[in-house]
Amino acid sequence: MSLLEVKGLNVGFDTPEGEVHAVNNLNFSLNAGDALAIVGESGSGKTQTVMAIMGLLAENGHVNGQAMFKGKDLLQMSTSELNKHRGSEIAMIFQDPMTSLNPYLSIEKQMIEVVIHHQGLNKAEARAHAVEMLRAVRIPDPERSIRQYPHEFSGGMRQRVIVAMGLLCEPDLLIADEPTTALDVTVQTHISHLMSALRQNSNAAIILITHDLGVVAGLCDRVLVMYAGEAVECGTVEQIYYDPKHPYTQGLLNSVPRLDRPEDTELHAIPGNPPNLLSLPEGCKFRDRCPKAYAACTETPPMQIDEGQHAHCCFRGASE
Amino acid sequence: MTKTTDTPAIDPFEAALGISDDKGRSPWEDAWHRLLKNRAAVYSAYIMAFMIMLVLLGPLLISWESDFTDWDHTSSPPSLQSGHWFGTDSVGRDILVRTLEGGRISLLVGLVATIVSLLIGVSYGATAGYFGGRADRIMMRVVDIIYALPFLFFIILLMVVFGRHILLIFVAIGAINWLDMARIVRGQTLSLKNTEFIEAARACGVGDWAIIRRHIVPNLLGVVMVYVTLTIPQVILIESFLSFLGLGVQEPMSSWGALVSDGAQDMESAPWTLIVPSVFLTATLYCFNFIGDGLRDALDPKDHF
Amino acid sequence: MMQDTGMARHTLRRFLGLIPTLLMLITVAFFLMRVAPGGPFDSEMVLPPEIEANLNAKYHLDEPLLRQYFRYLGQVAVLDFGPSIQYKDWTVNELIAQGLPVSMRVGLTAIVVAFVLGTLLGITAALKQNTGMDYSLMGAAMLGMSIPNFVIAPVLILLLAVYAGWLPAGGWDSGIASMVLPVITLSLPVTAYVARLTRGSMIEVLHSNFIRTARAKGLPEMVVITRHALRPALLPVISFMGPATAGMISGSVVIERIFSIPGLGSYFVQGALNRDYTLVMGVVIFYGVLIILLNFMVDLIYAWLDPKIRYDENH
Repeated sequence: MSLLEVKGLNVGFDTPEGEVHAVNNLNFSLNAGDALAIVGESGSGKTQTVMAIMGLLAENGHVNGQAMFKGKDLLQMSTSELNKHRGSEIAMIFQDPMTSLNPYLSIEKQMIEVVIHHQGLNKAEARAHAVEMLRAVRIPDPERSIRQYPHEFSGGMRQRVIVAMGLLCEPDLLIADEPTTALDVTVQTHISHLMSALRQNSNAAIILITHDLGVVAGLCDRVLVMYAGEAVECGTVEQIYYDPKHPYTQGLLNSVPRLDRPEDTELHAIPGNPPNLLSLPEGCKFRDRCPKAYAACTETPPMQIDEGQHAHCCFRGASE
Repeated sequence: MTKTTDTPAIDPFEAALGISDDKGRSPWEDAWHRLLKNRAAVYSAYIMAFMIMLVLLGPLLISWESDFTDWDHTSSPPSLQSGHWFGTDSVGRDILVRTLEGGRISLLVGLVATIVSLLIGVSYGATAGYFGGRADRIMMRVVDIIYALPFLFFIILLMVVFGRHILLIFVAIGAINWLDMARIVRGQTLSLKNTEFIEAARACGVGDWAIIRRHIVPNLLGVVMVYVTLTIPQVILIESFLSFLGLGVQEPMSSWGALVSDGAQDMESAPWTLIVPSVFLTATLYCFNFIGDGLRDALDPKDHF
Repeated sequence: MMQDTGMARHTLRRFLGLIPTLLMLITVAFFLMRVAPGGPFDSEMVLPPEIEANLNAKYHLDEPLLRQYFRYLGQVAVLDFGPSIQYKDWTVNELIAQGLPVSMRVGLTAIVVAFVLGTLLGITAALKQNTGMDYSLMGAAMLGMSIPNFVIAPVLILLLAVYAGWLPAGGWDSGIASMVLPVITLSLPVTAYVARLTRGSMIEVLHSNFIRTARAKGLPEMVVITRHALRPALLPVISFMGPATAGMISGSVVIERIFSIPGLGSYFVQGALNRDYTLVMGVVIFYGVLIILLNFMVDLIYAWLDPKIRYDENH
């Protein structure tokens, strides 16, 4: 049985202008120990996908479909039921370190409450555990730092605190939403290592949301590419990097500088903007920006899966 | 705030929605549409328009003079037969006419004192904000100091010292109520002064006066409008307060506060003398507050309060 | 510890900032009263010139203005407001000492009621945002803010005292019953404003990212609200305490008159109508000092609740 299986996930938001279709009919699954990257431009629905799974959508958001976690549907759970899994079995690392910590509480209070609540430790044990975790993310002098408030830390330090907080309960599933975007490269690497270690030590699964394809290669084994709320391609890192099938994936890869290519290879930005999520066009959502679009693209292309479990949705099947 | 549609955060999306590029509505149009959606504010505006018409035209249409004492009907309850629809007071004066004429004074005080505070506040705040630096620090420190004073007591002091003249009421209330305005305008000017579009205008050789007229004033207009609608009820309230204490407008002139005060004396025998002016006064304050609130929400939807 | 020195420095700086405000208060009050046309003794009867001269000498009214000013400043510095001009055998200090406890009793009760009730209502409305409950609470709050206290007071007296006969219409016997209506009237607008303020800031806080983090930790909603949301949501309410108290003090002037409560506000109005210079000035300065000190305390509470302020003062 997979650890997490998402089936037919739809997320929408009611806005004064109409309904925003943020995620449309998304399917993916994850086994224990897997590491899946979800990549795509901002607005492609990757963050809202995991927010829906965590039950953290804004109140004008609504969701349908299934998200089976250990055989139970997270989307059907009441908040109190969900709270038994959130924070303990599923942990989330948020992308904005400057605002994701409570500025009015010390780091200590924010860290120990997780373990006290989920593992029933007493204050002293919880504190010792939290200090140990801060040391693991290389916060200098954790005994002292833990008493400080978030504004006394730099952005990078705060992000490490958030990572430490996510790892406290040794979750079975760690969801990290652009955990390293705000950080410099050495810290990025370090945090990637921490997540890999969690994966190896406790066989945790990881969902990594990012648009940094470099981080993906180091940490993940599978990649899901999203565009305008839909999955357009899904495969192993090798398949996606070396044999991208969907023109959007190809465009995405071509817009990233890579060291394994000749120096004079040009970088290409994808022309145009993502479609308006208020009124998505019929057919392929990418066709307006796609260099290979042709008449058939006005029909919705089906998801095609080849023998290597490499899936994509484009009528122009093979690359080039 | 109470009834507008809240638009909770869907942060990462807003950028990708592409709403902005399909049709180019100006911010003012946007604000106008938001305001029209706020039903409480719209109804309040209707009621206020009606109230102002009533206060201006009513006394002309009603056959009683406000100082006519109808000895046949003293302290008579509201009735259609006597012709005193809202009753009379203890000396037989028609409550409705008196209330409407008192309303003229109350609304006039509200308007004039607000304009006084607006003039002082805007010039003071804009000066401080425009010059910035040391001048700004000193000017704002003065505002802080005055802010901490029990200002209502100072108005009372002023009334005691200089006598109870209606002009003085305008000036006293206006002169003390400009602090908020000065702070708001100063803050806006300060932040506007350094924005890129002003610098761009300056770089293009646009003169100081043109910058102020074309860029600063329109940007200040929003906050000033909100502030004005919220100051009017405050001022009306202060005037009524003074009149209630006997320190405001004097007989034969009257205002809602003075009428409420009179009514409170006779309320056991003639409760309508209290109720009628109270309803007019409260309704006016209520409506102005809703309009101000609606304007604030419409012009600055992020600000929840 | 670092934070303590930060707090101490913050306290000292704010305390020194009070001095110009106090000076301004006294100066303005003094000169306003002195430029008043007509002295305190020319209202009722014409006094023989030598008696008036005697009186003026007794109250130092014959000295140059500046001299009087510094004399008064010196007195106020040792909290001596001098004799009352109208109440012949009383000093202003005695009058304040007599009126203050009564005003304080009503005022403090009203403040507690307003802040407790206001925050509770505001939180309720925020948690039930955009429901019928929210709309009716906020509509009622707006009404509470709009009804002047001198309207609500007589209406309540009419309904609850005159018609229903449940409560006394006025007077003061220090009992609970005689306090109910004054406290309701005095606290109503503040309760309403606090409710709106709390609702607004609570909603804003509940939308912030750190609340999302707290929810992602799987904490029960109750803990999320009490531990994470409450403190930041109440900060604006705390800073409103200063203005709220000032408003209540002004309100008490009217309330005490309507309910015939022998508090400081009654003395003030009486003094204002009688041109009792020393009394009016004494009360204005006393209230001014009270409000200034209160704002100072609120400021400290705020700094204590918001770690960022303590920190910024240090860096």
